[in-house]
Amino acid sequence: MSTAQDMSGQAYWKANIRLVTIHLIVWAFVSYFCGILLRPMLSGIPIGGTDLGFWFAQQGSMFIFIAQIFIYAAQMNKLDRRFDVHED
Amino acid sequence: MDLQTLTYIVVGATFALYIGIAIWARAGTTGEFYAAGRGIHPVANGMATAADWMSAASFISMAGLIAFMGYDASIFLMGWTGGYVLLAMLLAPYLRKFGKFTVPEFIGDRYYSQTARIVAVICLIVASLTYVIGQMKGIGVAFSRFLELDYETGLYTGMVIVFFYAVLGGMKGITYTQIAQYCVLIFAYTIPAIFISLQLTDNPIPQLGLWGNLEDGTPLLQKLDMTLVDLGFGEYTAQKGGTLNMVLYTFSLMLGTAGLPHVIIRFFTVPKVRDARYSAGWALVFIGILYTTAPAVGSMAFYNLAKTVQPGPVAEADGALSYEQRPQWFKNWETTGLLTFEDKNGDGRIQYRKGDANELKVDRDIMVLANPEIAKLPNWVIALVAAGGLAAALSTAAGLLLAISSSISHDLLKGMFAKGISEKGELLAARVAMAGAIVVAGYFGLHPPGFAAQVVALAFGLAASSIFPALMMGIFNKRVNNVGAVVGMLVGLSATLVYIFTYKGWFFIPGTNTLPNTADNWFLGISPEAFGAVGAMLNFASAIIVSKMTAEPPEHIQHLVEDIRVPKGAGGAVDH
Repeated sequence: MSTAQDMSGQAYWKANIRLVTIHLIVWAFVSYFCGILLRPMLSGIPIGGTDLGFWFAQQGSMFIFIAQIFIYAAQMNKLDRRFDVHED
Repeated sequence: MDLQTLTYIVVGATFALYIGIAIWARAGTTGEFYAAGRGIHPVANGMATAADWMSAASFISMAGLIAFMGYDASIFLMGWTGGYVLLAMLLAPYLRKFGKFTVPEFIGDRYYSQTARIVAVICLIVASLTYVIGQMKGIGVAFSRFLELDYETGLYTGMVIVFFYAVLGGMKGITYTQIAQYCVLIFAYTIPAIFISLQLTDNPIPQLGLWGNLEDGTPLLQKLDMTLVDLGFGEYTAQKGGTLNMVLYTFSLMLGTAGLPHVIIRFFTVPKVRDARYSAGWALVFIGILYTTAPAVGSMAFYNLAKTVQPGPVAEADGALSYEQRPQWFKNWETTGLLTFEDKNGDGRIQYRKGDANELKVDRDIMVLANPEIAKLPNWVIALVAAGGLAAALSTAAGLLLAISSSISHDLLKGMFAKGISEKGELLAARVAMAGAIVVAGYFGLHPPGFAAQVVALAFGLAASSIFPALMMGIFNKRVNNVGAVVGMLVGLSATLVYIFTYKGWFFIPGTNTLPNTADNWFLGISPEAFGAVGAMLNFASAIIVSKMTAEPPEHIQHLVEDIRVPKGAGGAVDH
């Protein structure tokens, strides 16, 4: 492995770690925070006979999880091409 | 046509389909047997993963859990789906790039240690075997309840079916049957939910009906809260358990989901690294269809149940349903013993209350199965639910059995005891191991150990506290070495085991627990099921500290890690 490739490999990995970190923050925020810890603070926002925290815990977080995986996959495809590490 | 005949026809037709697929998708090489030749389309793999993941417990038990736990059951909804985010971002693409066949193989190679590989094999077998016993039981129960065959006949039939397509087709046969099984189970789950949502809220989409209004204009969840409070239970939407426990429980289930080997190996079957990322997304879409329907099924079925037994006001004596007037489905389930009435105050009415005055015992597993009957749906829907429950149990059992057999034939046999074994010999060994695993699982299904229900906590605890951290550090931390990984796995594993055994009995022998298994005795209010997250933290911490104190991993291992981090070059692994 040449040094130039090494450098680009490291930059690629750094960019990936940045993406993963952002996604994990969102992931934890919608489930642990909106769904559990911050639920008392969201209790003023009514939705279908209950509150927003209940929606996040029983439905919202799952929708956001799904969206996150597809967004991450698309972002990584772009990253793979930008750093020329994509397959085929 | 009567229900019995209809059920035989529907279940028989689905079984014929599975066997047909098995004959069509025979495995000819170890690559096909372990990883379906790495030729599965990411959407198809997502569907197969969903069937693999959603067990008899997801299909039959989850909505009942939600019904009786209300908001607190959110831990299962978030925990069993959130793990796929971890899988997509932290494990699946890299393990696919690594391009081998089993989870212990990665751990053994990355940590250049046979010890690490053996520890991983043990964790995998214990976790998968305990999990598969539950599926075998589910198959036997579904048969005996819907087809009125006895439990044993049902179990043997299930074993023969799994044997046929798992031994013949390996991962390839399992994958294509799982796709068919997904279709069966999702139809069976959503159709009754659509009907019941229409009846209660006028909305055909259960995911929206959950937030909808009842006929009188009050929101369903608000009415459910009021009904439950009237009966003396807590509000459906209120939190009842401790917050720390809820957070850790959810986290344990997420880590466990991402660390369960039978799910991980599914991502070895896709052609490319980028397919592995998308495939995790598709898996979650297909899982999400059932998991977002479940809260609607749980709340609506529970509302129907409460309204049926308590049609009038609680304060009035004739508000409770007279036992003489109980509906037909009530009688049907009484004969199974899963629904029991005991007239404690002798007034001939069914008092469903919290505490000692309660006269009605409802097994939570009947919520999904009785749902179509409670909603007065046609017989073919009920027959479909039987086929759906069987599809869920069979697909998960097959996935687990493959994880067990591949780790025996590939990790133990080829990796250690018979390194020079030929391709043909290994394929034969894999088939024999598969057959053996089915027999062992069947034996435990026939003679379920008393602790069968408790060991699911063990499967998740093991996956979360030992397998997940070892895999993640192997990819994201180049500095973690062989000693660190082994110490980390053993620390995570033993801490979790000791905690579970302390409250559930040593080696699950009833009566040997050191402390009573109640919330007051739990350390910081953490339940044994939630401790996997703590075990995982201990694993990470000890592995990193021990690695810092010992020698760096050799250069070729550091190159290996760099190599799996980039997708380029993954195609070559196909011919492995």
